[in-house]
Amino acid sequence: MFPFSFEWIWDLSHMIFMGGLWYSLTILGLGMTYCILKTVIDTMHGKGGHNH
Amino acid sequence: MDSALIPEGVNRCSFGKFAIGIIIVGGVLLWGVYAMLLIWLKGLNQTNMNDYYGFALWIWADLGVIALGGGAFFTGLLRYIIGKDELKNIINYAVLIGFICYSSALLILAIDIGQPLRGWFIFWHANVHSMLTEVAFCLSCYFAVLTIEYIPLILENRQIDKVPFFHNLAHNMHEVMAIFAATGAFLSFFHQGSLGGVAGVLYSRPFAFREGIFIWPWTFFLFTWSAAAYGPCFTLFVTRLTEKISGKKLVKQNVIDLLAKISGWTMGTYLIAKIIDTWYWATVSAPSMGFNLIDFYSNNSFYGIWILVAEIVICGIIPASILLTPKGRSNSTLLFTAVSLACIGVLLNRWVMVLQVMAIPVMTFENWVLYIPSWQEVATTILPVAYGIILIMISFRYLPIFPQERELNP
Amino acid sequence: MKEEGKHKKAKKYGMVINLDACTGCGACMVACMAENNVPFKEDESNKLDSIAWMRVYKLTNGKSYPEADICYLPRPCMHCEGDHGHSPCVSVCPATATDYNHDTGIVSQIYTRCFGCRYCMVACPYHARYFNWWDPVWPEGSTKYLSPNVSPRMRGIVEKCSFCFHRYQLAMDKAYVEGRTVLEENEYQTSCTQACPAGAITFGDLNNPEHKVHQLAKPDNKHGGRPGNPNVFRLLERLGTNPKVYYMSSREWVRRAGDNYLGDEDFAKTHRH
Repeated sequence: MFPFSFEWIWDLSHMIFMGGLWYSLTILGLGMTYCILKTVIDTMHGKGGHNH
Repeated sequence: MDSALIPEGVNRCSFGKFAIGIIIVGGVLLWGVYAMLLIWLKGLNQTNMNDYYGFALWIWADLGVIALGGGAFFTGLLRYIIGKDELKNIINYAVLIGFICYSSALLILAIDIGQPLRGWFIFWHANVHSMLTEVAFCLSCYFAVLTIEYIPLILENRQIDKVPFFHNLAHNMHEVMAIFAATGAFLSFFHQGSLGGVAGVLYSRPFAFREGIFIWPWTFFLFTWSAAAYGPCFTLFVTRLTEKISGKKLVKQNVIDLLAKISGWTMGTYLIAKIIDTWYWATVSAPSMGFNLIDFYSNNSFYGIWILVAEIVICGIIPASILLTPKGRSNSTLLFTAVSLACIGVLLNRWVMVLQVMAIPVMTFENWVLYIPSWQEVATTILPVAYGIILIMISFRYLPIFPQERELNP
Repeated sequence: MKEEGKHKKAKKYGMVINLDACTGCGACMVACMAENNVPFKEDESNKLDSIAWMRVYKLTNGKSYPEADICYLPRPCMHCEGDHGHSPCVSVCPATATDYNHDTGIVSQIYTRCFGCRYCMVACPYHARYFNWWDPVWPEGSTKYLSPNVSPRMRGIVEKCSFCFHRYQLAMDKAYVEGRTVLEENEYQTSCTQACPAGAITFGDLNNPEHKVHQLAKPDNKHGGRPGNPNVFRLLERLGTNPKVYYMSSREWVRRAGDNYLGDEDFAKTHRH
């Protein structure tokens, strides 16, 4: 899973497979970070509540 | 009693009735939990699996629920990426069903492994050449996507929505949902496929093995395709069931019709591919390994050629034909029959690709080995069903799952 | 110089089992269990969940007297090479808990790495892989007789024949101390080979023309190790598993029982390729 685990080989299979994994995880992580940060900012600006 | 939590403008049964329902299903759930604990504490000797059945009921259940849960990714793809806007009226339910299916699959996998405490080895010591590794990675990631898709729905509960932070979070998550849905579709393509690959790569099991392209056997594509075709049928099946139990129309007919039509086309094209695959396998692949088609369906008391007919014709061509005709889709009995048959069809396909693979002797001096699951295996397979029913009951009662419900039930 | 040359060439340990000599006595099974600390149950009557790294099958030609004939077929792990080490079980293991050793050709099982998904068992057509459904329980006092060179396995993982790999390690250690890098043929032999009273099992390096296994099987490495000896065959040759256990019999029905053939298929033609 990580380049420091001893099974890791810098070959095409690892790069494609793990590349796909880390790419997906990055999108999910960045997406959620964006949502939470924006929510914090929106809430601080007094958005939300009963009136959209 | 709990009316403050129920979405505005909708009718729900009394809390007492709801609580009794939860208690009854909860009893079944506890039975499953008891069996699960027995297995975790005493080991897999509590099952009827053996050295000929390394994969059995649980792996079938895993493949089955993931295929049925395929409605979530395909409906998400159609709604967010392809832009079938009407499907926004059923996407919430598709996501909830997907969430239940995938969390169930992960739970079953955690019960199924001999050393559950080492389950993380599949990630840490990953062998990137194994289809099962791909399954584990994509399944876990896609479960994260489904959780992300389900969270805004929880946040839309009447009381939670009053908190500005949660209201804003739900709004912001909806804004970028297309990105999550696209990631989910990407992950689903691979894990649905690699589940097909699990059997397809077994070049030493002539019943399962299929040729393919690059590293992917044909079953890789057939599994993804069938999940896209049959998954929405399960969404429609559960929607119809919920409508019958609640006594309300929850989704407009044009939405049902659209999803059923797309499912029909996907199923039709899948069946053409499946028939070609079966034909090639029966006439070229299997004979090259010394097997006639009938060898896989004779000399035993259960697996006959009927299973192939049931899967492809009765639970394949027939439901696809119903879904492809406007009359079939508009008749609610026919439609319900079609989606029910389709669900059985995909479950049969997964059964065959797991259990029949194990049953067939490969060495000439061995015999067919059949298997009957132990009660612990059955209980732990029913456990996710009970859990799913409870989650649906709670979500349906407290969350605005069906946007058209108020309009349809004034 | 000669030794250096040999060292460079990878070894490929394998077996030739003479089925005409095997009497089905089961000494190989017993020796294997004792050597490798194979656990057993109180009731061993259900063979579907009991462990036997080496299992002796009984084959019959299905004919009645006077043509009736039987054959006993010992089945260890085949240590399949597949296509360049792509053996059926190794490639499917999700946690890299089983490995194809390109230096010896031996398929290993790493017990502490296996988490018991059993995918390898599903992939093995020879049923050479066994799952520990129970914790190993040794009768009182018998733990003193366990081999100190083989670690006992815990519940919930897969195990299989290792071609007595610990013996290879011990032999290599000894050779190293003596300043050698190459083993003599008799320095590394599996316990089943040594236990067979009929001398039906021959073990050695299939790549070494001086070893008896090579001379008996005459493996053709250019064609996936196919035997050159017309009386020698491998189990399920047609699947392309490329096993390293060869069987030898002068009886055609026995050779035919090694693989699946279509009813009208010319066995001799298919077998000889």
